[in-house]
Amino acid sequence: MSDYNFAYLDEQTKRMIRRALLKAVAIPGYQVPFASREMPMPYGWGTGGVQVTAACLRPEDTLKVIDQGADDTTNAISIRKFFERTAHVKVTTHTAEATVIQTRHRIPEEPLTEDQILVYQVPIPEPLRFLEPRETETRKMHALEEYGLMHVKLYEDIARHGEIATSYAYPVKVEGRYVMDPSPIPKFDNPKMEMAALQLFGAGREQRIYAIPPYTEVVSLDFEDHPFVASKADHSCELCGADNAYLDEVIIDDAGERMFVCSDTDYCESRRATQQEDAA
Amino acid sequence: MTPLLEVQNITKRYGSRIGCAEVNFTLYPGEVMGIVGESGSGKSTLLNCLAGHLPPDEGAVLYDTRADGMVDTVTMSEPERRMLSRTDWAFVHQNPRDGLRMGVSAGGNVGERLMAVGARHYGNIRDTATDWLGRVEIAAERIDDRPSAFSGGMQQRLQIARNLVTSPRLIFMDEPTGGLDVSVQARLLDLLRGLVRDLGLSAVIVSHDLAVVRLLADRLMVMKGGHVVESGLTDQVLDDPQHGYTQLLVSSVLQV
Repeated sequence: MSDYNFAYLDEQTKRMIRRALLKAVAIPGYQVPFASREMPMPYGWGTGGVQVTAACLRPEDTLKVIDQGADDTTNAISIRKFFERTAHVKVTTHTAEATVIQTRHRIPEEPLTEDQILVYQVPIPEPLRFLEPRETETRKMHALEEYGLMHVKLYEDIARHGEIATSYAYPVKVEGRYVMDPSPIPKFDNPKMEMAALQLFGAGREQRIYAIPPYTEVVSLDFEDHPFVASKADHSCELCGADNAYLDEVIIDDAGERMFVCSDTDYCESRRATQQEDAA
Repeated sequence: MTPLLEVQNITKRYGSRIGCAEVNFTLYPGEVMGIVGESGSGKSTLLNCLAGHLPPDEGAVLYDTRADGMVDTVTMSEPERRMLSRTDWAFVHQNPRDGLRMGVSAGGNVGERLMAVGARHYGNIRDTATDWLGRVEIAAERIDDRPSAFSGGMQQRLQIARNLVTSPRLIFMDEPTGGLDVSVQARLLDLLRGLVRDLGLSAVIVSHDLAVVRLLADRLMVMKGGHVVESGLTDQVLDDPQHGYTQLLVSSVLQV
């Protein structure tokens, strides 16, 4: 017996969020303000993503939650349990089985389909924030498409490090109009954002929602003589041997020994399961 | 010859107080206009109204744009005015910290205006920035240093380089030498005079320092209490002041 309304939020709140979502989908990359609610978790733990997920969930949905690619970290498990308890939806760790995937800072390695929704948790939605602290000014810059400043950041990277050293939250231009912060996903994932699934971004503390509809053009910003490179660690996974997946560097003992493993745990596990079947 | 800037009847009030009132003047290409007056006389208010930072209550500021000829910049749309102010216009603040991005390297500061108008080639941007740092006498090896590591005079020169990199035709200066010691002032003035003459810039310079306007300005306006009390050729106004306030101003200059 649960006294919660379906998916925790009341119907009026979900309706309000859905209106914001519709507007966000209609204007790809535009940050739509919404009346973010207090959620039973601290800011920075995915309050925005949880509200967007709550507004999208249907009773027949299957939910997957990942945190930096992993299904088994505290943040992922607690959000998954939260919706199990408040919405009684099926949950899974398998990317292909999920209809709604809430993610913190990764895009699953397995390509998503048109039947899936990817919900991002966003800490700071404004890509220009660290260059221009005034909200009034950044809004004006978005409205007037004054994005020269974004390149100043990339210029500084090259001047200081010899290459574009920004490796996550790499700014993108959506459908040739709005410059958008893809939440802190590694830039390795940037090319994947032109995908079949609907991508929704929720920032709870900053009270903003934005979206990328399926098959929308997403271009990572760069210079003509310093083009964008979707970089990753120059290794292959030591568990499953994948050489085209994003890797985590894990320190495994006090002597500083380290290993590189897939950051997407489901991808790694399913590859290893297939390899065992083949061997047997 | 068509004027570059035509100021008609600019008035700005702060509630019941007057910021500046009924200012009229015309600026021709290559001409430098000086505005002098005491603190609170409305010089900076006037300059901000001209540069589009403050909306005037009355009047028009006609500017000879490259595309459409004479246009009133007060009533033009905001995107157009912002475009104008980062391409054809320049604004040098009294305090370089207001006009620079202190967290961005010198090269990035100079390059920002280029990137704002669509430059997307790192090598070219850097070459232009190096060239401009040279023109304002900042060593090329300091291109990756932040302005906070620069002296006050260097910051001011960097601000000038950052403003002139898109080859503007009109430059607004608010006390460009204020807060600098006299030897640095002299060098900066020398540099400014050279740049203005070489590039054929027009400029509006606000200053309370009569020596600065004597050196730079072709014509002079003297303001008091928001009104222009006297205007004319710089030498004429300073050598033969007619209005009582101008006489006071000229006679208050300390002699060494």
